Amino acid sequence: MMEYIPLNFPFLAAALLVGISFYILIFKRNLIKLIMGIGMLASGVNLFLVALGYRAGGNAPIYTDVPEGPMVLPVPQALTLTSIVINVAVLALMLTMVILIYRHTGSLDSEKSRKMKG
Amino acid sequence: MRQVIGLIVLLVVIAFLVSGMLPPIMHDFGYPPSDMDDYIIENAQEETGSNNVVTSVVFDYRALDTYGEATILFTAVTGVLLLLRTVKRKEESS
Amino acid sequence: MLSKIVRTVANQLILFILIFGLYVIAHGHLTPGGGFQGGAVIVSGVVMLLVAFSSQELKKSLRERLLSITESTGALIFSILAFAGIGTVFFYNFLVGTPIFGRIPATGPGPGNIWTGGFIPLMNLAVGLKVVAGLSAVVLAMALFSSGEEIEE
Repeated sequence: MMEYIPLNFPFLAAALLVGISFYILIFKRNLIKLIMGIGMLASGVNLFLVALGYRAGGNAPIYTDVPEGPMVLPVPQALTLTSIVINVAVLALMLTMVILIYRHTGSLDSEKSRKMKG
Repeated sequence: MRQVIGLIVLLVVIAFLVSGMLPPIMHDFGYPPSDMDDYIIENAQEETGSNNVVTSVVFDYRALDTYGEATILFTAVTGVLLLLRTVKRKEESS
Repeated sequence: MLSKIVRTVANQLILFILIFGLYVIAHGHLTPGGGFQGGAVIVSGVVMLLVAFSSQELKKSLRERLLSITESTGALIFSILAFAGIGTVFFYNFLVGTPIFGRIPATGPGPGNIWTGGFIPLMNLAVGLKVVAGLSAVVLAMALFSSGEEIEE
């Protein structure tokens, strides 16, 4: 029963996460909500990468005391590790810029800090 | 006007994503086509000498990607510490 | 600065978090984990100290020069290990076969030995140092910038 999952549910969950993130990026104006939308986009892409390499009935790809059976693919998990660290770096820089924008203009609205002055 | 264009773009993106996850384009969940990973699972213990196949992929078979990622982390920390300085300038009164 | 109960509990808990983080870093080639994951565990312990004590108190213990030297040491050890096997290829695993870290474990499932893995444990240590120092400096700088205005560099 565990071997056949119909309709590719984990891929549809990743597509749903990316779709909700696009809705946030198009329709919301608060800067903190935009940053949360970008974080949700990163989570959706990471879930998609890990779900690509699953073998039915497989075990973790570590040889220390592993039970019998096939192993899942290890290369997508290595790529996801790199992707998580890069997302942390980009998120830190975005939060720093929001702190400086709030210090200069005094509001967290993205429409007020759009026009270039001076 | 902006709302209508935004709604059309959102529907197009969601249709494109969902149609790419169904069986003719995407493989079934649980049966990936793989040749490279079979070689890595078989030979990782003799060539690198560690029990953890994911760590040996990150630090031995694909070490150049980890090098670039460490550089990105270093650059991001430098950028954040550069932007958040509080320097008090002493004003000279003449 | 929070109340006395929170400060006492944070003082006792930081020791266990530090030991668990070092365990995850050191056994990166036997169990799930490695440099990045263990570094994130230790940084979460530092954030707990930042919440319990105020950022002004923590600035006296974690000076900026110490964090900068630690991060640069981690990056330097990583580069030296990369260039040490330049005779064959760029990132050649030159410690497999030598008695320092280079035993080869038995093929197939079985308990591992900590003296295996080539130069992977040393690279885990270098990346762990880099992540701890870098992310601690970022968190401390954000807390100091938002709270205190009269700090001179």
